[in-house]
Amino acid sequence: MTTVYVPRDSAARSVGADEVAERIAATGSATVVRTGSRGLLWLEPLVEVETDRGRVAYGPVQAGEVDDLVAAGMLDGRETDHSLGRTEDIDWLKDQNRVTFRRVGVIDPLSAADYEAHGGVAGLRAALTKTPAEVVADVTDSGLRGRGGAGFPAGIKWKTVLEADSPLKFVCCNADEGDSGTFADRMLMEGDPFTLIEGMTIAAHASGAIEGYVYIRSEYPDAVATMRQAIDIAYAHNWLGDDVLGSGLTFDLHVRVGAGAYICGEETSMLDSLEGKRGMVRAKPPIPALAGLFGKPTVVNNVLTLAAVPMVLADGAAAYQAYGVGRSRGTQVFQLAGNVARGGIVELPFGVTLNELVNGYGGGTRTGRPIRAVQVGGPLGAYVPVDLFDLRMDYEEFAAAGAMVGHGGIVVFDDTVDMARMARFAMEFCAVESCGKCTPCRVGAVRGKETIDKIIAGVDREENLQLLEDLCELMTDGSLCAMGGLTPMPVRSAVQHFGEDFQRSPVPLPMPTVGPNGSHT
Amino acid sequence: MAGGSPVAQRARSAVAAHRGDRGALLPILHDLQAEFGYVDKSVVPILADELNLSRADVYGVLSFYHDFREEPARGTVVRVCRAEACQANGAEELFEHAKKAPGVTVEQVFCFGNCALGPAVEVGGRLCGRVDAARFDALVRS
Repeated sequence: MTTVYVPRDSAARSVGADEVAERIAATGSATVVRTGSRGLLWLEPLVEVETDRGRVAYGPVQAGEVDDLVAAGMLDGRETDHSLGRTEDIDWLKDQNRVTFRRVGVIDPLSAADYEAHGGVAGLRAALTKTPAEVVADVTDSGLRGRGGAGFPAGIKWKTVLEADSPLKFVCCNADEGDSGTFADRMLMEGDPFTLIEGMTIAAHASGAIEGYVYIRSEYPDAVATMRQAIDIAYAHNWLGDDVLGSGLTFDLHVRVGAGAYICGEETSMLDSLEGKRGMVRAKPPIPALAGLFGKPTVVNNVLTLAAVPMVLADGAAAYQAYGVGRSRGTQVFQLAGNVARGGIVELPFGVTLNELVNGYGGGTRTGRPIRAVQVGGPLGAYVPVDLFDLRMDYEEFAAAGAMVGHGGIVVFDDTVDMARMARFAMEFCAVESCGKCTPCRVGAVRGKETIDKIIAGVDREENLQLLEDLCELMTDGSLCAMGGLTPMPVRSAVQHFGEDFQRSPVPLPMPTVGPNGSHT
Repeated sequence: MAGGSPVAQRARSAVAAHRGDRGALLPILHDLQAEFGYVDKSVVPILADELNLSRADVYGVLSFYHDFREEPARGTVVRVCRAEACQANGAEELFEHAKKAPGVTVEQVFCFGNCALGPAVEVGGRLCGRVDAARFDALVRS
């Protein structure tokens, strides 16, 4: 019987993949395998049919179209409506360097056999033949930097934990992917969870940790369920637990679920949340590598950082280091989101320009209108105008332009966007989601929103713009963490690049305000 | 301490189920919310007693996180993403539209990770992408 692949990724499910899978299974002439998503999200639900030419793709396919497509020969791989040809020949996919995402969309995420057949566990096996210090050296030499946004070198963090003297150390994976425009962590956990487990186990070996936690946000129920199942399977294969693969390594891994607090994506706040407390930010120092979870030395890394590690160990630091530019080494999993014609996952080495990503891969806006701005790196990242689209995706190049690469999420807006309102939203979001520990963030965000309201309303515009700039400076310099410290980035970039939006004809006060639970005040 | 009510009994069994877990308060609150649809305030002293925390600590956690509700929702819970990527596709207009729907509890969420297929809405626990006003109405009706 023909094998047909239909994603079980929650983005694909959100547009009908389950119904498509059921409809195909109901024909009785195909075995349906549920995979992760290939990341061509505008083509979801994407159906792939196994043929002697390789997998052949069709998309987007709706459940109601399945019978007609089957009648037209879809299950034999014939050319029909929605035919996309061989999946591997699709231009959008062909030119990418799928390293971290090499198995996502290809394998059954919960098949240990599939995982091993596609190169899984090779990194862990290689790591276990080395001393912890050698593994740390490999990760350092690879140039891998934290993919959560800050870009801190992973090897240096691991070395600090390794050298800390404690019988109890932890590895924590930050899977609280709360930034709008990012979904790569989710897709990896749903599409190839064993890679993350393998990366965390390597981190445990390298740092001397015996216990690990994956902190996943509650907005990702599918990722939570998939990770939990994958961990059970990994224990059954001795990839986790006592004496991992006969090496003597002990590592236990648990999933913990967040509870709808954006701030818990900040590493110290996440640690407090893991301890069962309010997600309050901690002052640093001490750094989590020395005093992290329950005060113990802790490796805290993002999903994609840890997921990149198995490849570094399997293929060598030099292979990973060979990708990229400057001090931004390896590949980044870029995410095209918002008002974009072809949204999804583009994994490429650092150094690709914003224009190649947004206009090349993304194909401009979904509405067909001109692009006005893109926000790079999440809600705390800068709004970048079209005339800066030659910027290369490189931590340092973006920082020099007053922007940040962050985690590589790119949200596209067309020319109908009102940037004064987006600046106001940045402050509003910060006011809702601030943990409240430090005054610049807790109070500054509220005052920032009020000040932008006055600017929009035409009240003392020049004075209030100056006041807003002073406030942004204070929040940047005085906040405890990146929440208050970076909220000024989208605000200032909006003022700098789209100043005319702050000079539009006045809209009278008060503007509607949305409370913490959506209630209007 | 009264142990009779179903909520109190369930609170104690949730604590027992997580006895060996580090920092168990969040998993316990999740269990209670999953079972009852909200976390009744009457469990606060019970959890404080069982976990050797102050009532203020427990209530502080309960009230910090957006997910935990202290009373049951009315009707189907509809969560609309209001984050930037969904805003770029008209989420603000959709949110305004959603609030007018009868018989549902409408809440805002900042990101479901469905940012290439926005606006994203979760209806009764099911994530839906590319939701416009018409699709929203159909989803809520079904």
